[in-house]
Amino acid sequence: MKKIWAWGALLFGLLYFTLPLIGMTNFSLKMRRGEYSFDAYAKVFGDPRFQETFTYSIMQALFTIVFGVLLVVPTTYWVRLKLPRLRPYVEFITLLPLVIPAIVIVFGYIRLYNTSSWLPLTGSLTGTNMLLMFGYATLALPYMYRAVDTGLRTIDIATLTEAAQSLGAGWVTILGRIILPNVLVAVLSGAFLTFAIVIGEFTMAALLNRPAFGPYMQLLGANRAYEPAALAVIAFGITWGCLGLIQLVSRFQKSAPPKA
Amino acid sequence: MSFLTLTNIQKSFGPVQVVHGFDMAIEKGEFVSFLGPSGCGKTTVLRMIAGFETPSGGSIVINGKDQGTLKPNQRNIGMVFQAYALFPNMNVQDNVAFGLKVAGAQKTEIDTRVKQMLSLIKLEHLADRFPYQLSGGQQQRVALARALAVKPQVLLLDEPLSALDAKIRVSLREEIRQIQQQLGITTVFVTHDQEEALSISDRIVVMNAGRADQIGTPFEVYNTPATRFVASFVGTLNIIEGKVADPAAGAVTIGNQQVSLRDSIAGMKGGDNISLALRPEAGSIADSAKGDTTLAGQVVSTSFLGSVIRTKLRIGGDVISFDMFNDPGLTPPASGDNVTLRFAAKDLLVIRE
Repeated sequence: MKKIWAWGALLFGLLYFTLPLIGMTNFSLKMRRGEYSFDAYAKVFGDPRFQETFTYSIMQALFTIVFGVLLVVPTTYWVRLKLPRLRPYVEFITLLPLVIPAIVIVFGYIRLYNTSSWLPLTGSLTGTNMLLMFGYATLALPYMYRAVDTGLRTIDIATLTEAAQSLGAGWVTILGRIILPNVLVAVLSGAFLTFAIVIGEFTMAALLNRPAFGPYMQLLGANRAYEPAALAVIAFGITWGCLGLIQLVSRFQKSAPPKA
Repeated sequence: MSFLTLTNIQKSFGPVQVVHGFDMAIEKGEFVSFLGPSGCGKTTVLRMIAGFETPSGGSIVINGKDQGTLKPNQRNIGMVFQAYALFPNMNVQDNVAFGLKVAGAQKTEIDTRVKQMLSLIKLEHLADRFPYQLSGGQQQRVALARALAVKPQVLLLDEPLSALDAKIRVSLREEIRQIQQQLGITTVFVTHDQEEALSISDRIVVMNAGRADQIGTPFEVYNTPATRFVASFVGTLNIIEGKVADPAAGAVTIGNQQVSLRDSIAGMKGGDNISLALRPEAGSIADSAKGDTTLAGQVVSTSFLGSVIRTKLRIGGDVISFDMFNDPGLTPPASGDNVTLRFAAKDLLVIRE
């Protein structure tokens, strides 16, 4: 009897999540009257604004990932190694972007870094792009930090660090050749989550007036019927592709112990 | 001048002082073991030599050079850890080559040295394996090879055998000693296992509460313990409490019996309490050749341990153990039997606190 309830709950959950997706995919394929076609997808892919915004967001995502890794990996490593008492505070700080809305953060940025401030980042395109990248890194911080912290928990960083030091290695060598390769799967998990966040983010990009993929999706959704559905399916595909890649790299990590 | 000199080393963690005025001089090529219970400060001293802890006072000099200002990666000290600490993302070959790569050695030199090291630990056939594909003993041998590959001036071994099973432990400790003698490398070995320390060391430092209670060869430490702690920690030792009867003649009263020590008792007067030590293998109730000093006692229990028979005997207010080699012709004493324990006067040692 218990099993029937469990299967029933699972089925309900699956339907609850998949039916809207199936409906949306179905709708995105009905642009041509009376038959299924990929016309909506062709229109989206053929739109130069799609290519521009998608390329822009991918570049932003890559820079955000590099910045996030350079910021989070050494910080998390150092806190675990030398300042374990600070861990609760660091965890709290990394959780703040989950409770502070993106709009608050971006308004704060605009107030602090506008053209009449001491650091006028919004005064140039490069500066605004950098500001957006910092914003994305802040939004992705809870995910990146947790992924890296979990990765570091699985290895004995104190002993590995001492072993490397006794062999003559300095901090950069230790981080680059010992710590980072051993938490690579965790870092990649964080990186893919960052990628998914950056690709879909709207608020910051729109308020900083940058040609990102999020505002483009919103713009298309306000003016077209079938293309937004196709775009949503593409966005889902990218997100799920990222999750699939996380699974894939976890499976191929060569130092992973064999499964029992 | 000694190769490694520790002078008046102190270490405090906050208000707690864990190492008090530790002095030690180690010669080049010597194998020295730090032996003591958990928390006695032996690993802390080792970590200070490695540079992972900073002494609160004192100096560490290796080959005439003060190590005080040097970071751990500038000291050229090889270290083997209890938890192996092999780099999980590298195979055996890369683990052994790591230190050489960091030092910027040429590829041909690295390849040659790695082959030499793997041959030394007899694991050439496992060069491509990752740490998780090796047994504990194999991992520790790779860790040893990795530490030796960079030709360190001192090798530090921090309880390297503790995580291994008994059989591997014995074979690996012999291998470590053989490699150390082959390379002639100055080695400091930390252990809480007295058998390990006794079997492979040139000298042993017995540590207690942050101090070196005794420094000596295994033979000296076992046969002439300097303190009650050393006597009780190294091997099994019977402590017999008595009173000094005549210090000049070395006469002591145990219960209502009197025995004479080999030497006079310095620094004590008649009537003072005295602690005496007797190794279990030093006494016998059957073998008169053990000596002509005797103590009467009553058998409390007898245990058959295979090659030896261990008998517990009540003498005065103390229960002491002594061992006899098993002999099919021997009748073990029964509980309650009154027997005479024979031993040589030289084996009854005065124990200082």
